[in-house]
This record gives sequence, C-alpha cells and structure tokens, in this order.
Amino acid sequence: MADAIISARDVIKSFGDFRALDAVSLDVARGERVVVCGPSGSGKSTLIRCINRLERHEAGTIAVNGVPVDDSRRSREARRGTVGMVFQQFNLFPHLTVLDNLTLGPMRALRKPEDEAREIAMRYLARVRIPEQADKYPRQLSGGQQQRVAIARSLCMEPEIMLFDEPTSALDPEMIGEVLAVMTELARTGMTMIVVTHEMGFARGVADTMVFMDRGRIVETAPPARFFAAPETERCRDFLQKILHH
Amino acid sequence: MMRAALLAALALLLGGCSADWGWYVVDPSTQTGWTNLKFLLGGLYYTILLSLTAIAISVVVGLLVALPGLSQYRALRAFNRVYVEVVRSVPILVLILWVYYGLPQVMDITIGVFWAGVIALALSDSAFQAEIFRAGIQSVDRGQYEAAQSVSLGYVDTMRYVILPQAIRRILPALGNQLVYMLKMSSLVSVIGMQELTRRANELVVTEYRPLEIYTVLVLEYLVLILIVSALVRRLERRLRADER
Ligand SMILES: Nc1ncnc2c1ncn2[C@@H]1O[C@H](COP(=O)(O)OP(=O)(O)OP(=O)(O)O)[C@@H](O)[C@H]1O
Ligand SMILES: [Mg+2]
Repeated sequence: MADAIISARDVIKSFGDFRALDAVSLDVARGERVVVCGPSGSGKSTLIRCINRLERHEAGTIAVNGVPVDDSRRSREARRGTVGMVFQQFNLFPHLTVLDNLTLGPMRALRKPEDEAREIAMRYLARVRIPEQADKYPRQLSGGQQQRVAIARSLCMEPEIMLFDEPTSALDPEMIGEVLAVMTELARTGMTMIVVTHEMGFARGVADTMVFMDRGRIVETAPPARFFAAPETERCRDFLQKILHH
Repeated sequence: MMRAALLAALALLLGGCSADWGWYVVDPSTQTGWTNLKFLLGGLYYTILLSLTAIAISVVVGLLVALPGLSQYRALRAFNRVYVEVVRSVPILVLILWVYYGLPQVMDITIGVFWAGVIALALSDSAFQAEIFRAGIQSVDRGQYEAAQSVSLGYVDTMRYVILPQAIRRILPALGNQLVYMLKMSSLVSVIGMQELTRRANELVVTEYRPLEIYTVLVLEYLVLILIVSALVRRLERRLRADER
C-alpha cells in the first residue's frame, strides 16, 4: 500500500518454542480504523505490542511512517510520541493525580513546558468528558473514568496512531458504553486506530477493516459489511457465531 | 502505653531486688551523679548522628546496587549478586575494624573514627538495602513499565517518576526496620573509640566500677530510643496504608 502508515511484513514472534505470530503481514493506511478479533491466544495483543515495541519481533519487518521498528536511536526517535496505546488494565500511574498522569509524557519525553502540558491535558480531559476529575487520583475514579483518563493520557502525546488492547474487557457492563463513545468520537477525528476488541457493535459502526486472527496468523481481512455477512473461512464463521450469540 | 508501664515496673523491680545496687553513680541529685548521667546521655547524639548518616548513604548505595540486579544483562546482575553476597558475609564488627585500621593503609589516607564507623555501617547495610530495593522494584506491576514506555519515557524517567515512587512507598516499613537495626549495630563502633552510647558507658565503668547500674542505664537508653523510633515507623506505615485506599 502506497500511503501505509503501518506496514508489517512476515512478522514472526515466538515465546520459547511457541509461535505467537507466524508470518503476519498487515498494512494500515493513514486514518484507517482496523478492528482485530480472534480467539484467546491467537496473537492479537502480541501483534499490536510489536508495533509499539513492547515486544520485539524476531523476523520480518514492521515499519511505522516508513521507519523500521527496532532498537536503533533513529527508530526510537521517529516513534517518540507517534504511537499511543490503551491497555486492558488501564495502567494509570496510581501515585499521580489524573493531571500529572497526563502531563508526565509531554513534559519528560516531548520537553513541553508545564503550562503548555497542562493546557493540552485539560483539552483532552474535556474531550473524554471528565475535566472535573483532574485533581483526583486514579483509584478515586470508576473503571470507565479510569480508562477514559488512560485514553486522554495517550492523546496528550498527540500521536498519529492509537492502539487499543481490549479497552473494555476489564469494565463493568454499564461502563463499556462511555468508553466506546469516546473511541467512536476519536475515530471521527480521523485518527489511525488499531483496536483489539470483541465489541462487534462498535466494530460494525467504526471499522474500515476487520481482521480475524487465529493461531498466530491473520486468517481473514475484509470490510465489516462483508466480514459479518459472509465470512470466508470456517474458523471465522465459528468464532463470529460464538461471540455474536452471547 | 502498655510497654511504658511494663518498663517502669521492671525498673522498680530491679531497683528493689538487692541492697547491692549503687544508683548513686547516676543519681541526678548529686554533683557526680548528674555529671555521669549527662556524660552517658551525651552519647545519644553520636549514636543518632552515626546511624542517620550511615543509613542515608546505604540507601543511595543500596539503590545503585539494586538497579543492575534488575538488568537484562547478565554481567550487571552478576555484579549485584557478588556485591550483596560478599558484603553480607563479613561481620559488621570485622568490617569496622578493617575500615578503621586497614583501609587507611590500603588507600594511604586518614579516616576519623566517625567516618570509619559510617563507612563500615553503611557498607554493611547497603547489601540489605539493595535486596529491599530489588524486591520493592520487582513488586511494581509490569504494566507500569509498559505504560511509561507507551508515553515514550526513557529508562531514567521511568524509574524516577513512575517506578521508584511506588517502590519506595512499599519499602518504607522495611527501611524503618533497617534504621532500628542500624541504631543497635552502631554500638559496635564503640570498639574503635567512637563516643556513642556504648563507648561512654564502657568508659564510665572503668572509672566508677559500677557496671551493673551503668549498663542498666545503657539498656534503658537503647530501649527508649528504639521504642520511640519503632513507634514513628509504625505511624508512618499506618499513614501510607491510609494513603493506599
Ligand atoms: N510474555 C509471554 N511469555 C510467554 N508466552 C506468551 C507471552 N505473551 C503471550 N504469550 C503467548 O502467546 C500467545 C498469544 O498471546 P496474545 O496475548 O497475543 O493473545 P491474544 O490473542 O491477545 O489473546 P487474549 O484474547 O487472551 O488476550 C498466547 O498463547 C500466550 O500464551
Ligand atoms: Mg490479548
């Protein structure tokens, strides 16, 4: 793909003898929203964690903005603040206030002055609709609010790409909606997103591309309409049947 | 409160149990007794100063030794293991003697009694501090490193702003225990002539021939000092636990 912002080619990642990613290739265009689904252990998390270097792939290449993802200084500089990530368990910094959670990255990694960092932080807190919680500590917030803070924390780095690893799986059902709403709104701003989720309603509404993974491979890639109406592979059909009728 | 009452009872019991007691050596109502008591209590200053200085140094050294122990590189981890094992194996008293009498010759410098004591105590304690820090840092969830990395923080910033503040909160009680331990171990520095509590008691015994009373005072001095410090540590612990919620 000519204007791919992420381009993965034959990526292999093993844990011991186990192949978590088995020659995975994926192109994501600027502004594209990709939703990744698949059974547990199929390598979804590993794939997006390789994209922001939380895991090191051992073979194949991943390029972000045309720069290979590796441990070189050039690669790290190019990725600085480019790829944001939202975790299933939020991973907020518990000893810092919401505001300090949001300003830490911009101030330390992007060298922004404090007042500018705070201004950005308040802007994104407003975007995720909790500006009034700025001075609270994470533990004083509900799960849904914490995840929205985590999203705002990533956005404060003003990334070009946002990765989400099952952002609503640890939430009580009544809080899932508020987080998905924030993500839907983010999608509308044209953010490039890769979202690992089993929230198929969200996927239908937001995704440009659906990716189905199984046993370390991408088994199916299709626009949502076709993906849900006529899955090509048996395994994908089975999987969709299971989660849609749950 | 309970403890204080027990302590008072113990003192009364000891005081009343035999006619051989000669409390006059530390009787504050007599001139010599008062002078002797002031001399003994004066050691408190050095005991505390020595212990606090030593622990301040050992915390820093302990952290610097702990960090390589958590490295992905074998050589750095090996350095950590060797340091901890070697330093832990040397008795504190031996370390004190070696630093005071041996180190000046090896390095061709002069070391005063105070700094010899501080170095020996700090060195010995740093091995324990290193283990405490290592455990504390390891207790911080992996997700915290990943979150720090996801906002592009480097190693130093990740440690300084994310990991250590959480680790230190968790190990504060253990650091408090080390301080208590250090206060007790500082008595060993008396052998090289440091004028702390134990040394002063020893010197007074030599001139007054009243070991029973003087060492009883010494016991009480440590007891009160340690009980106060332990109480402070416990209070800090409670505070932190309240913070966690
Ligand atoms: N750090 C690790 N060490 C060893 N094995 C790992 C590690 N991380 C992942 N794996 C294994 O790799 C495989 C893929 O894991 P991954 O987390 O990518 O799956 P997933 O598709 O995200 O699953 P889930 O839906 O359960 O989150 C799993 O079998 C997992 O056990
Ligand atoms: Mg996963």
